[in-house]
Amino acid sequence: MSVPVGGAWFALGRPVSVAHPPAMIDVAGISVTYSNGVTAIKDASFALGSSTICALVGVNGSGKSTLFKTLMGFLTPATGSVTISGLPVPDALKRGIVAYVPQSEDVDWSFPVLVEDVVMMGRYGHMNALRLASAADRRAVDQALERVDMAVFRKRQIGELSGGQKKRVFLARALAQAGSVILLDEPFTGVDVKTEAAIIALLHSLRREGCLIFVSTHNLGSIPDFCDHVVLFNRTVIAAGPTQATFTEANLARAFGGVLRHVRLGGADLHDDADGRSITVLTDDERPLVLYGEQDRKTMVTPGKREQGA
Amino acid sequence: MSPDGWLTLLFEPFSYGYMSKAIWVSALVGAVCGFLSCYLILKGWALMGDALAHSVVPGVALAYMMALPYALGAFISAILAALAISLVRRITLLREDVVIGLVFTSMFAAGLLIVSISPTSVNVQSIVLGNVLAISDEDVVQVIIIAAVSLLILGLRWKDLMLTFFDESQARIVGVNPQRLRVLFFVLLSACTVAALQTVGAVLVIAMVVTPGATAYLLTDRFSRMIWLAMLIGAATSAVGAYLSFFVDGATGGLIVTLQTLVFLGAFVFAPKHGRLAARRSSRATSGAPA
Repeated sequence: MSVPVGGAWFALGRPVSVAHPPAMIDVAGISVTYSNGVTAIKDASFALGSSTICALVGVNGSGKSTLFKTLMGFLTPATGSVTISGLPVPDALKRGIVAYVPQSEDVDWSFPVLVEDVVMMGRYGHMNALRLASAADRRAVDQALERVDMAVFRKRQIGELSGGQKKRVFLARALAQAGSVILLDEPFTGVDVKTEAAIIALLHSLRREGCLIFVSTHNLGSIPDFCDHVVLFNRTVIAAGPTQATFTEANLARAFGGVLRHVRLGGADLHDDADGRSITVLTDDERPLVLYGEQDRKTMVTPGKREQGA
Repeated sequence: MSPDGWLTLLFEPFSYGYMSKAIWVSALVGAVCGFLSCYLILKGWALMGDALAHSVVPGVALAYMMALPYALGAFISAILAALAISLVRRITLLREDVVIGLVFTSMFAAGLLIVSISPTSVNVQSIVLGNVLAISDEDVVQVIIIAAVSLLILGLRWKDLMLTFFDESQARIVGVNPQRLRVLFFVLLSACTVAALQTVGAVLVIAMVVTPGATAYLLTDRFSRMIWLAMLIGAATSAVGAYLSFFVDGATGGLIVTLQTLVFLGAFVFAPKHGRLAARRSSRATSGAPA
């Protein structure tokens, strides 16, 4: 009986919430220092629960990738602790809880592997030491490819794909791995608007399935669209919490400290009448964040919503 | 010459024990080196193979002087070279290629010096250029052991090695230790370099661990297939090279590597997808299409 049940899990494409303890990331007072003495993270703390899409935002060199490396167990914090789903990082990795979608620049696109080979790499943790694929592994790969709509490209060498297709392959790998904590590094660079929408839709459906998705991104403008939580980072946590309360101009200014391109249009620049509203454009040279509002720097206002209220 | 005469001539090498031995040993070495070459060429580590090959010379010379198995001396000095390279690299700001160049030429020079000074019967030429036709039975046993163990380990771990070379982060995430696998790879590479020393010599080992992989890379987009192709190319060119050296008299290493280059050139031009002809065909198809 157990065999068909196991099969049914995979057929639904979600062994995720059933097989693992609830998705969680708990970072408690960590400091990370490289062997050359540079302290990349100092006393950072935050916690994220299941069914969450959280953005990790900060300038280049703010320690975002160090944080990711710590979550993936490449670096061990000098002080403090990281637990994932209640487990120390190495144990969480051993149980396949953490999946990772790398930045496109970090991938060797000329490597002789086909799309389906890459997705199968997500299954290695489920296989024995010889990495022989079982029927369940193959099924998981098929379903992951279907889900990102890449099944027709499965026999292509990865370098022959477009930017958006490349991203989808690595998303499929994370899906095939069936980890409940998914780390994405810059998922929207080199991706067209249509693919971006498709990726966001996929992340939303993963959230419904109980996944915890942690996204490092420079794409400030799309964060309010799809992230329910934000961690603003600059060597430590500047602010963390629900997007509505945390993703404010004041916090962004603290996190970016003048690095952002910051254009404020208001009052007389914009209107002939005495309208007190202003427009603020914040951009990290990707899709800009546009804030409409009065001088209230404490609220996050998503494009379009405030206009009606005014 | 009658057809019978030709046939006799063609089979003549096999009537000599040393020739069959040379052919089999070369094919085996060619296959293992071909396997390793698939990994080496994808990481930009080709120079590393060259460095290891040259660095084993002092080890071989000393081992012969002390009447130890040559493989032992070679292996120890290859490991020393690899350690020296990573150490010098860590404590200086010099670029990796500079460090590799420094270390392997120093060790090669030391090797030549040892050989020229010591009055032993070590034949420097057989280390530098190889001499598989005169390989001793003990050396054959050594080569077979090295090749068999390497092939076994590679056969069991090739997927993890591929994952490590392709995507270290994912390797860690699925519980593979990339550091340990890299060490394993360099140990295997050192061992196979030592084995290849006998067949093609220190100077040409680099071709054995680069050319078959480079050729196979042009012929397929799939790593598993690339491994089979590289092994096949390595084994076939080595066997044929050893066989032909019977007629040409001696220069086995040169023949093997020349054959590998010819196969590479063939693939470079005629490979179905990545060859020059295919590239020209497809560019003509795009530019020549009516607008």
